[in-house]
Amino acid sequence: MTLNQVAFIILAVIALLGGIGVVFLKSPVRSALALVINFITLGMVYFMLGHQMLGISQIVVYAGAIMVLFLFVIMILRSQHPEEDTSLWKDRRFAFGLLGGALTVALIYNFVIQPTQSTYGATFDRDYGTPQAIGKVFFTQYVYPFEIISVLLLLGVVGSIMLAKRKF
Amino acid sequence: MFNILHQIPIAAVHDEIPLAAFLGLSLAMFALGSLGVLIRKNPVVVFMCIELMLNAVNLSFLSFAAYPSAAVAARDPFASAMAGQSMVICVMAIAAAEVAVGLGIIMAIFRYRNQVDVDDMNTMRG
Amino acid sequence: MQDRIGPNRSGTITLPDSFPLKGLAGKKIRTFGFIQPLLDGVKLFTKEDITPSAVDRKIYFIAPALALFPAFALGATLPWGPNFGLYGILTPVADVEIGVLYALAISSLGAYGIVLAGYASNNKYSLMGGLRASAQLISYELAMAMSVACIVMAVGSMKLTNVVVEQEKPLWGLLEGVQNWFILTPFGFIAAVIFLIAVIAETNRAPFDLPEAENELIAGYHTEYSSMKFAVFFMGEYAAMFIFSGIFAALFLGGYNILPVNWNHLYQSTGNNLFHIIDNANYWLAPIVFLGKCFGGITFFVWLRATLPRLRYDQLMDLGWKSLLPISVANFIVVGIWIIGTSLYGPIGGWGAAIAAMVITLVLYLNILSVSKKGAPANDKRTVTMVTSPKRTVTLVDPAKTETP
Repeated sequence: MTLNQVAFIILAVIALLGGIGVVFLKSPVRSALALVINFITLGMVYFMLGHQMLGISQIVVYAGAIMVLFLFVIMILRSQHPEEDTSLWKDRRFAFGLLGGALTVALIYNFVIQPTQSTYGATFDRDYGTPQAIGKVFFTQYVYPFEIISVLLLLGVVGSIMLAKRKF
Repeated sequence: MFNILHQIPIAAVHDEIPLAAFLGLSLAMFALGSLGVLIRKNPVVVFMCIELMLNAVNLSFLSFAAYPSAAVAARDPFASAMAGQSMVICVMAIAAAEVAVGLGIIMAIFRYRNQVDVDDMNTMRG
Repeated sequence: MQDRIGPNRSGTITLPDSFPLKGLAGKKIRTFGFIQPLLDGVKLFTKEDITPSAVDRKIYFIAPALALFPAFALGATLPWGPNFGLYGILTPVADVEIGVLYALAISSLGAYGIVLAGYASNNKYSLMGGLRASAQLISYELAMAMSVACIVMAVGSMKLTNVVVEQEKPLWGLLEGVQNWFILTPFGFIAAVIFLIAVIAETNRAPFDLPEAENELIAGYHTEYSSMKFAVFFMGEYAAMFIFSGIFAALFLGGYNILPVNWNHLYQSTGNNLFHIIDNANYWLAPIVFLGKCFGGITFFVWLRATLPRLRYDQLMDLGWKSLLPISVANFIVVGIWIIGTSLYGPIGGWGAAIAAMVITLVLYLNILSVSKKGAPANDKRTVTMVTSPKRTVTLVDPAKTETP
């Protein structure tokens, strides 16, 4: 039981507990906090895989910005509609949801995880996760997606400002 | 002695933790996310479960980027790793824009209603 | 109430008459105020810890910890010394490729403590205060990240040790004996000013401390927190101030170097042994010099708090979005042009291109600003007009001319 395995097991358990918390906690604020825990531990799992830039981007973008935005909206909506999700377990949808979840698990296990047991894991040059490597790739090979994403983010900014105004 | 803390080698992670472990975590997160989308009533929580699914897919991309298959390793594993990471950066950017616009929509809809329940959004039902 | 242990008795300590050493009983000891922080801590620790009954307990208790943790975790990539020799294995704590971005990421986690503290207090004003404070935080993160990105682009690496090593090169690429501290370069000076303002706003420090001011919204997001939890919030704020001044020193002020002088070059050119000694001292005293720069930063923060009045919230947000962000983006473009100019034409061509770009950007910016303000109402000047009925006129009485009986 090496250090890496112990670290991965701890991080995976915490991430899964966070995921379970998102789905099953009644208060939306608590499920948002569970999602924050999930994102941060997922960022640490990215660090374990060697993706330094993406791990820290996960923490900056998801945990640092997106979830703060979620918490804002939850708090503003809660102060206007102070209600919570109550009838979770007694719902017909719960059974269908569980069935759908089990089907998803079975399909993905059969077609993705089983075939990859033995053929993956080759070793290669390790500097793939540094910002320098990503920057080089993004400005030479993937420059079109980069520019299109910048336009898309501009669209997001303009769209959210338009939605937030009360009168057009 | 402190040098060991500076660089824990990634080769050790490759040898000790199989790819299936990361994929299993991604699978569990995706299943939980899809379960949450189907079950929850509060639209913001449904949105959070969508984000959970997106993150599960991110983890899957990144684990395949770090664990190339034998066929890819014979050709160019570095390029496949960079492709995986570029895809994840695109997904992160798209998720950020989607959250901004989506939460704007949710706030615009639910500002003037008395309850927050996705099941009541059925005016377009045929 | 006045004879409790507290900081208002920290100038002199009066030993009680029942002191064991009979020679010192009843004497006054002057402490010159050095034990003030200790007594502050004792006061906050011994105060009554009131927890309101209607708060969300779990979040109420975890919010101060969430505010404190990023403040301490922020300093993992600070360069306390050069990266070779004895200091090579000690600094920084985590020698990752993403040095500065780590600090930005952890500082953006600091918004959670504030939002959750405001939410958990079950108090509308605390919630509003918390939301406003975290909106301020995420607004100024952008300007901070942009100005850091200028420096990272100029250096080519995100590691703070590499940023300091880059600052040891000749000034502007031309002058050999002087070090190229980024605050002495044009784009670095603008980036430093923007970074400083953004850091003051990030740590909720005056003049940006509207969320926690005592006379606005009661006390903002930490109204319902008493004694030690309140102390934890402030410990987090001061720790963040300390480490942000360290990051500022590493990025702009040359990190652990004493003065922007290249001692080795002076030693080679003049042969005076004093410069060799100072060069060695620069290496061995590196952590102490860095610590001194952190202390200088904190002194600047305290000085600024005592000097400037508080900004109103809309002025604060206008400053962050309408002034700092465009200027930092323009600075970013200028740095890009400087890098291209330097790689094509050498240092002098680079600076020429950069100055030309700065002038063009300034002209464009002022033009766009004046065009965008043409139709907008002038709501920066608030004038108060007194409406009086047409028959009555108001005459101001000159106090000097009235006769007092």
